[in-house]
Formats: sequence, structure tokens, C-alpha cells
Amino acid sequence: MEVHREDGRSQNQLRPLACSRNILHRAHGSASWSQGDTKVLAAVYGPKAGTKKNENPEKACIEVIWKPKTGQIGDFLTSLLIVLAFEVWYAGNFQNILHWCLGKPEKEYEMILKRTLESICILTVNPNTTTSIIVQVVNDDGALLPSAINAACMALVDAGIPMKHLAVAICCCVAKTGYVILDPTKLEEQKTKAFAYLVFPNSVHSVLPEGSLRVEGEPIENGIITSVTHGIMPVDDYFYCLEPGRAASVKLSDFLRRNLQQQSTDSSKAG
Amino acid sequence: MDGYNCVFNPLFRSKENRLTMGLPNASGDLSTEVEVDAFRRLFPLRFYEKHLLESIRPDARPLGRARETTIALGAVASANGSALAKIGSTTMLAAIKMEVMTPSLETPDEGCIAIDFHMPPICSPIVRPGRPAEAAPVVAKQLSDTILSSGMINLKELSLVSGKAAWMAYLDIYCLDADGALFDTALLSAVAAFSHLEIPVVSLNDDGKIVLSEEQGLSDREPVNKERRKINLSSIPFSLTCVLHKNYILADPTAEEESIMDTIVTVVLDSSSQLVSLHKPGGTVLAYTSAIQDCIALTRQRVKELQKILEEAISGMEVD
Repeated sequence: MEVHREDGRSQNQLRPLACSRNILHRAHGSASWSQGDTKVLAAVYGPKAGTKKNENPEKACIEVIWKPKTGQIGDFLTSLLIVLAFEVWYAGNFQNILHWCLGKPEKEYEMILKRTLESICILTVNPNTTTSIIVQVVNDDGALLPSAINAACMALVDAGIPMKHLAVAICCCVAKTGYVILDPTKLEEQKTKAFAYLVFPNSVHSVLPEGSLRVEGEPIENGIITSVTHGIMPVDDYFYCLEPGRAASVKLSDFLRRNLQQQSTDSSKAG
Repeated sequence: MDGYNCVFNPLFRSKENRLTMGLPNASGDLSTEVEVDAFRRLFPLRFYEKHLLESIRPDARPLGRARETTIALGAVASANGSALAKIGSTTMLAAIKMEVMTPSLETPDEGCIAIDFHMPPICSPIVRPGRPAEAAPVVAKQLSDTILSSGMINLKELSLVSGKAAWMAYLDIYCLDADGALFDTALLSAVAAFSHLEIPVVSLNDDGKIVLSEEQGLSDREPVNKERRKINLSSIPFSLTCVLHKNYILADPTAEEESIMDTIVTVVLDSSSQLVSLHKPGGTVLAYTSAIQDCIALTRQRVKELQKILEEAISGMEVD
């Protein structure tokens, strides 16, 4: 079935990917990731001595700070003052402000990013330390959380944080007629009835014989690290999403691998 | 607990039995010497794994069973709709206040729902006074995403006069006791509060403003909306949280289980078995297709249980 997409892509086609690492000089590791017009910057500081709140004698701690494109988060007093001022000045129609104040998507994204990165990092290597990851949204044109996960992953590699494997994130949309499209723009995300953010482990090149990395007959890169869905879909459609999602994650992990190899040879020449 | 320990607890069995269980005993033979409570605190994961081998949990539940669930409707007299939901000892109080507001220009004939989730320090030893709980905004966001995207409430039903007045439903959920499965209990209490909600009668006063008829003594005036009415709930969402550990799936985890085994999957299905949300934020265990299918199957069973519990609570209210 042919699917018409605004930007002329086919159903399973991703937007052009771009990734560059080591772009910030003061951070221990950094990366910028763009998928079409969605662009995210990630910076990693650490491992540094653990703060009192996060200290864990057995494991390293990961902390994620999400900076949205506009506005500040966490400054509760200011937001409260603004809301109060607006209520007085603009009484009657303040539900938009209320929504803005209550619906902090950043906190949820921070939690998902933190848990996802914790599951791919080897936390026992640097116990009692904290690694901060700062994610700055440069532009949001759909698939924002997957882009942020990919960016954070590359920044962690750039900082040399020990990891089990990389994570590759992809957004799958289920349109009203039941077909699945990959890597939607913001417009497509709003138009389709449901979408799922899926995160898979990247395909590992292993010295172990083929098949030894299989769990229950499925290769390890088929396991879902993170899944976030939005909107109603039939249960079957979710499983239907997994297949193109996994196929795309293989392409993405090839892109990551090529990118890492390329830049490491570049820097070895420069050094 | 004591009686149960003697019967079920694998640690209390005879020494021969213990040796045949064949678990790698990394810490020497300490487990045979310390008391159960000490062992539970020192080696929480091994304590659980010994239970899981026997397909039982320390609170005597099989792996796939949820805790006892109760709903009490109308717990707050001053709210337009309220409910107290309990799953095990996790307790949530949900209350809805309706207020009249001017609808926004983009959606002139729709009302609005504002959802907030509170975790006061009394709910858990982890939450300390003066510091907001980290989980609270995350659960609040998940709740409003689920309730708004499930289409349970037709926002057009909350409209009074198109472009002029509509209802704003303030749903506040207070966590009184946080013992795991926070989202499940919060969603259940929210759904129950909406099914208890009665929209009050309003009429226009002399200034052309909409006021509550009963409060202002305007009951002789023709009301804007006909009568106190219930709101129509189509396709109610219900959820089940599972913890994944190795190949085990534990339904409806307690706070202890959530802290020891870190892979949490929350599935939300609506009454027509459509998937509203499948939420798995990271975790050490990767979810393969079979595990996801098992979680969804467990949720399907749980949806039936919860539907029955909610129906019983509603019919109990009608008898009163």
C-alpha cells in the first residue's frame, strides 16, 4: 500500500540523520543529533563526586536535566508568580496557563531518559559518582524523545562512560487506516491516532558464536528497553509497530557505528 | 505473617529442602543462620528469588495476582465527585471540583480537565517535607495523558454555552499511602471519581454571569443545563503495572518489589481491549515480544476484575 506523506518520504523512510560529537569544549562529552528538523544537543559532565542526594556506595548515579526550547523548568516560585499575575490580569481564561504549569512533560522525559540510560551504562564501574546529562532541545519537529535518547547516547560515548551497548530510539506512528509510518514530523504526530516511542539495544558485533546472544529465540536487539505510547490503538497494531521499528533500529545502529568509526579515525589523524 | 511463614516461606523449611533448591549461595552459608527479617534486609534480591522459584511472593500472592482492591465512592462531601481507591495498602483519594470558565478560542464548545497529583510527606518514608516527590509530576503527566487520550470523557459534554461558558473539571488526586503501583491506583481513583461526578445545575444571574442555582437561590430561574446529571463515560481505561525480573512477571508490585526489581511495565487497556498506553521506562530487563504479550494478557484479566469492582461500587451507591 502506498502511503502519501507530506514530505514525499516512503512509509519506512527516516529523515536525514546527522550527528556530530565533541562540539562543546567545557563538557566531558557532547553530541548534537538531528533527524530532519528535530535537533537536540546533549552534554555530559562526569563522572564527578556524588552529591549528597544521589550518593550510592554501590552504583554510579545518572542525572538528567532537560532544557526545553523555550522557558525554564524547576523554578516553581517564578511560575507561581506568573500564574498569579495572569489570573489577576486575565481572570476567567487561565486554563492554558494552568496547563502549561501542570503538564510538565520535561519531568516525565527526564525520568524516562534517566531510566533508559541507567539500563545501558555499566553503573558498578564508578560507584559513588554522579554523571550529569544535560539535554537541550534546539528544535522540535516530531520524535523529540527518541532524538534526545540518541543524542544522550552519543554524548555518553564521547565522554567515555562505560556502557554495555548503545540504545537506539525510534518513533513509530499508527495512522487512522492502520498503516505504520516511521520517524514522523510534528504534524504527522498530531494527525495520526497513536504513536509509540521505542528504544532497542543496538546490534552488537560479538566474538561469541552466532546465536549465543539470543534470548528465548529472539536476538538481543529485539528486546525493548523503553516503550512509551500515546493515543489509542488496537493491541495488534502495537506488535505490528515493533517490526518496522526493529528494522529501522538496525539502520540507525549502523549509522551510529559508522559515525563513531569515522570520527575516531578523524581524531586519530588530527592527534 | 507468622503462620504463613511456617507454611510457605522457603527459608523456614528443613535444611535438606533448602539444600536441594540449588540456588548459587554467593554469601557462604549465612542464609541458613540469620533470621528471615534480617535476611530480607541484607539480601533483598536473593530473598525474592528464593520465593520466585516457588512461584510465590512474600505476601503469599501468586506472581500474577493483584492485591485486594476496594473503591469507596463519595468520600469527599464538598466535591462534585470523589472516590477513595485502595490496592493493597496503596491508597488514593480523588476529588473533582467543577467550575465555570470561558472556553478557549480554538475549542469554543469544549470543556477542560486539569489533573494534579499530590504526594504529601505522609504517603511514604521516601518523601520528605519541603521537597516535592520526584514521582509526583511524572505520575501526573502520565495520568493526564491517559485520561485525555483515552477519550473516556467527551469534552463537548462539558460545554454549557458555546464560546461563552464551559465546565472546567479540577481533578486532584492525593496519595495517602504509597506502597507501589501508584499509577494504577491513581487511575482507578480518577475513573471512580468521574463515575461518581454529578454536574451541578447552573443558571444565568442578572449580570449575565453563570452561577450555581442552589447557592444563589435562583432555583426558580430556568437553568442553563436541565438537571443534575452524570457524565457519560465511554471506554473506561484500566491499568496494571508489572515488574519484570529475569523470566518472572510480577503483577501489581508493592513499593518493596518496585525498589528491588527495577524493570516496570505499565499497560493501560480500555474496556473494549484497545491499548491506551504501554509504558516501560528503561530497566535492566529487556522486554521481548512474549513478555509484552504476557503483560497484556494479565492486564486483560485485571481489567475484568476492576470493571466488576467499579460496577459493584456504583450499584452500591445507587442502593443508598
